[in-house]
Order: sequence, then C-alpha cells, then structure tokens
Amino acid sequence: MVAFHYTITDEVGIHARPAGILVQEAKKHPATITLKTAKGSADARKLLAIMSLGVKQGDEVTVEVSGENEEATAQVIEEFFKTNL
Amino acid sequence: MEQYIGKKVFNGVAIGPIKFYSKEQGQIVRKHVDDVNAELARYEEAKAKAVEQLGELYEKAVQEVGEVHAQIFEVHSMLLEDEDYNDSISNMITTQEINAEYAVAMTGDHFAEMFANMEDEYFQARSADIKDISDRVVSILTGKGNSDDLGEEPVIVVAEDLAPSETVKMDKTKLLAFVTKLGSTNSHTAILARTMGIPALIGIEIQKEWDGKFAIVDGKEGILYVDPDETTIMEYRKLKKEEEERNQLYQTLKGKETVTRSGQKVHLYANIGNATDLAMVLMNDAEGIGLFRSEFLYLESRDYPTEEEQFQVYKRVAETMAGKKVIIRTLDIGADKQVDYFDLDQEDNPALGLRAIRICLSRPEVFKTQLRALFRASAFGNIAIMYPMITSLEEVRQIKEISSTIKKELKEAGIPIGEVEEGIMIETPAAAIISDLLAKEVDFFSIGTNDLTQYTLAIDRQNSKLEPFYNAHHEALLRLIRMVAKNAQEAGIWTGICGELGADMELTETFVEMGIAELSVSPGYILPIRKIIRELK
Repeated sequence: MVAFHYTITDEVGIHARPAGILVQEAKKHPATITLKTAKGSADARKLLAIMSLGVKQGDEVTVEVSGENEEATAQVIEEFFKTNL
Repeated sequence: MEQYIGKKVFNGVAIGPIKFYSKEQGQIVRKHVDDVNAELARYEEAKAKAVEQLGELYEKAVQEVGEVHAQIFEVHSMLLEDEDYNDSISNMITTQEINAEYAVAMTGDHFAEMFANMEDEYFQARSADIKDISDRVVSILTGKGNSDDLGEEPVIVVAEDLAPSETVKMDKTKLLAFVTKLGSTNSHTAILARTMGIPALIGIEIQKEWDGKFAIVDGKEGILYVDPDETTIMEYRKLKKEEEERNQLYQTLKGKETVTRSGQKVHLYANIGNATDLAMVLMNDAEGIGLFRSEFLYLESRDYPTEEEQFQVYKRVAETMAGKKVIIRTLDIGADKQVDYFDLDQEDNPALGLRAIRICLSRPEVFKTQLRALFRASAFGNIAIMYPMITSLEEVRQIKEISSTIKKELKEAGIPIGEVEEGIMIETPAAAIISDLLAKEVDFFSIGTNDLTQYTLAIDRQNSKLEPFYNAHHEALLRLIRMVAKNAQEAGIWTGICGELGADMELTETFVEMGIAELSVSPGYILPIRKIIRELK
C-alpha cells in the first residue's frame, strides 16, 4: 500500500465537480483508492460517498492506494489533488 | 395589496402576473412486482434516458449561462452513475420485489436527507441536486412530465422550490422573476438566477391562490407585492424603466476603454476579498484587480496557511485574470480583523496597534512564507505586491531587503518568477507627508482612503456618534491625496486609490484632474465610473 497526505486548498472543499472528475480518474486504475479524513473513509470510485465526507478547505485527506501499479497510481492521484483541489 | 419579505438573490424589479409552478408528480405508490429482472431493466432504460436528457440540458445551459454554470448537469449525470445510488435502487427492487419508481424515490430521499444534515452550507445545498436527478428518473418511469410550459405571457414564477434543471428548461423570454419558499442563496438555482440576471427572492411563504394574480418583485429590497395598488405599480414601472436604461448603457461600456475625452487614460480595477469574487470582476469588465485582500486566507484558516496553499490561490487568480494586473496586498490583520492563532495581545487602541506590516516585520517567518508564495505565483500572470500601513522609510527598506532575499533564493533554486511591481499603501498621514521620499523607493502608491481618513481626521468610523464631525471630502484629506499624486509624478511612479473614496462619483473628476492613474473599486462600480470618466473633458 502507498499513501500520501494532502490539505485541501479549494475554497469550497471537495465539491461535486472535482469529486466527479476524481471518480472518473479512479475508475481508470485497477488499484483500490481510498480517501480517509477525520470523519471517515470513502472509495474514490464512489461520488456520493466522497461528497458525504464533506471535506472542506483546510481539511487534511489521507489517500491510500493498494493493488496493481499502486506507486504510479498514487502519483497520478496526488497530481490530481494538487491541480484540482 | 399584500407585502411579503424574502431573502434577496438578485437585484432588479419584475412586474407581471404570477404563475404558480408545481411538480405534478403525484404520490408515488409502492407496488409489488413479479418480474424483478424486467423491473431492473426498466430502471436501466429510464436512467439511460435521463442521462441523455441531461446531455441536452447541458448543451442548452452552455448556450444560456456558460460552461462553468452548465457543469452542474454533468455532475448530475455522474451522480446518476454513482455506485451506491444504483446499488441501493437495484437492491430495493431485487430484495423487496418493488417497482422502480418507489425504489428511486426512496433512494433519492435517503441521500437527499444525508446531504441536508451535513454541517457545511455547500453540501446541504447538494440535497436539491439529488432530489432533482431522482425526480427526473421517476418522471421518465411514470411517463408524467413537469409543467414546464410557462404560457404565452411573461410571468413571475412562484414555486415551493426550483431545481437547477427546471430553471434552465424555462423559456427565458417568458420568465420575469422567481419567488420560492425553499432553497438557499447558495443553491445552484440562485447562482443561475444571478448569472442570467433574473430578479429572485427566496424564503417567502407562497400561496397556491396567487396563481394568475398581478405582482411586483423588488429584488433590491427583498419585497414581493401581491395585488399591488395603482400607485405602487406606477412607481415600480418608473424604477424598472430607469433600471433598464441604466443597464443597457452600462452593457455598451463593456470592452470600452476608460479614457477621458481629452485622452487621459485611467485604469479601472476591482477590489476583491476572495477568489470567489473573480466571476464578478470578469462580469463587470474590470481591467485588473487593484486590491486583493489576502487576509481571507488567514481569517478562514485554523492555522497559518502554508506557502503551497497560498501559492495555489494566487496562481489561480493570476491565471484567471490572464495577463491583467493583479495587485495583492500582503497580510493586513490586527485592528478590527483578529485571527486566534496569531495569538496577539489585547490592545487598548488596536487601530494604532500591532497590525498589518508591523506584524509582518515582527514575524518575518510569516511574511516570508507569503512573499515566497506571491513571487512563485508571479510566473503565472501579472502580479504586483503592495505593503499596507507604511509610516517610515526604514520600514520600506526593511521590506525591500526581505523581498530581494526571497527573489534571490527562488532564482538560485531555479524557480521561475515574473516581473513584479512592488508598491506601498499610503494610508497614514506620515506616509502621505513623506511620500516624496517613499516614491524613490517603490514602483507605485495605492492610497487607502478608509484608514487615511480615520487617521487624518482622528475619527473612528465605527462610532456612529461621531457622524456629525465626519466629512468624507475634508480639505485636509484631499490636500494629502493631491500631494501624494504630485510627489509620485515627480518621481516617475504611478498612484492609485483603492479605498471607498475611489468609488465616490462626486470625486472622480477631481481624482482624474490630480493625475490619479488607477481607481480600484467594488466590481459593481466599474461600469458606472467608466461612464463618468468617458464623459470628462
């Protein structure tokens, strides 16, 4: 398993639109991608589950990637967070 | 005549008959189904149709309100494809052997409730989106549509609530205003109303009996008049006519230069307090940002914002403004803006206390973090930096030393930085009086008239009892401004005004005559002031 931490800078947090793009991105990878916050965890393939975490600006998210190609996948997802969130 | 007070969504006046809009969905009945697989197939088919409709709505919305606001319908498609949503529906159909309509409605209610119970206002508002997609699928399944047809005459639409898709579907030439009972000023429908420029009110106890009655929506004061009397109608007709004439005139000024008849150019920039204000900046055709109040990054945070967090925000603003100037003011807290984690002492006289640049120079690590973020972001657009609350030459020299160290560090690390103008705010009488000396040290001046007025006249603006002693056009203040502009010109640098006085239309001519090169005002004032300047000799 590979993990990274990220603090959200987007002013509305993980809102619907980037969450939707994240889901599309996650679906391209065979590895399991999980978002963990102080409130709980969600599978990155599930839009409603991600939104239900209610991640706001300044919240820290831990992203865990495990399975096939996990190193490379984690890098792609980390890049996604930096660009969009 | 009856009057109702609601929450304001968008300014403007609408006069016309009311159309009571209701969702004709009826009761969704739970039914037993024998063939579970056929029911699952029915759901899949309805879902595919819904996705198709959303695609069409997206196209319509792109045309009417632009790509950014149309994205909500893309999100709706994604929500419809959500695994948990679909699992819940197919589980209910399979295990309880029930009809698809009921399973969709129950699932929709469940997720809508989940969002409604969240703390954050943004996520609460998503409850309406879940309801909207579920209603869409149910409508397809039952074969009953909503009554989208507004009729022949333009109407004021009154409804319990309006989903974003309903708002977009309506024919804009028949739509005068919205009045709803539910919804928040942060909902997509509210945002769409603002973008489309449709007067709207929310939070009004609506009545079905109003259907067909004549009404007036005053979006500015937040009042709905039902069955208004003749005098009120006449009054609002006049207001509406004036408003239309004004708006038309302002619209024609978009894309036009801000220049006097004799050819003197003034840069008209906008003041903003948050990256979310950017839409207003662009909509009002500001030529740049003259005051970006960076303190929101600190006020909205629970701890010191990191270099990376700040960099991302500055970069986004610079990129959005696409080469237009963005003047970012460094941290200005203290006085009336307090942040817990700075752990500042209580002061007897905070306006004269440890604030703004004084904090930055006493805590260089906080200042350096912000400057590094600003210089890094400067590679992505046209950023200028201004330092607040300057009183002495020594302060400016100290700031310049820190800023040149940072530029050097970044260059050595191979991090690209842009050309950055560095200026100071003139908001203390001391700075105004020595502006001839300061002008030799910096690239520009920006006069902060709010503080300059308070310090020059020794009047606390928060204290309403001082009102009789207060004169916004005090000769002392105007002399100081004139002196600053003159000293700047002699040293070959430019002067702007970013305080409230910059938007004072009685003074626009005086400022232009003084040689003020830039006025930075709230986005809503850009076009009215451009009009004044273009009419000056």
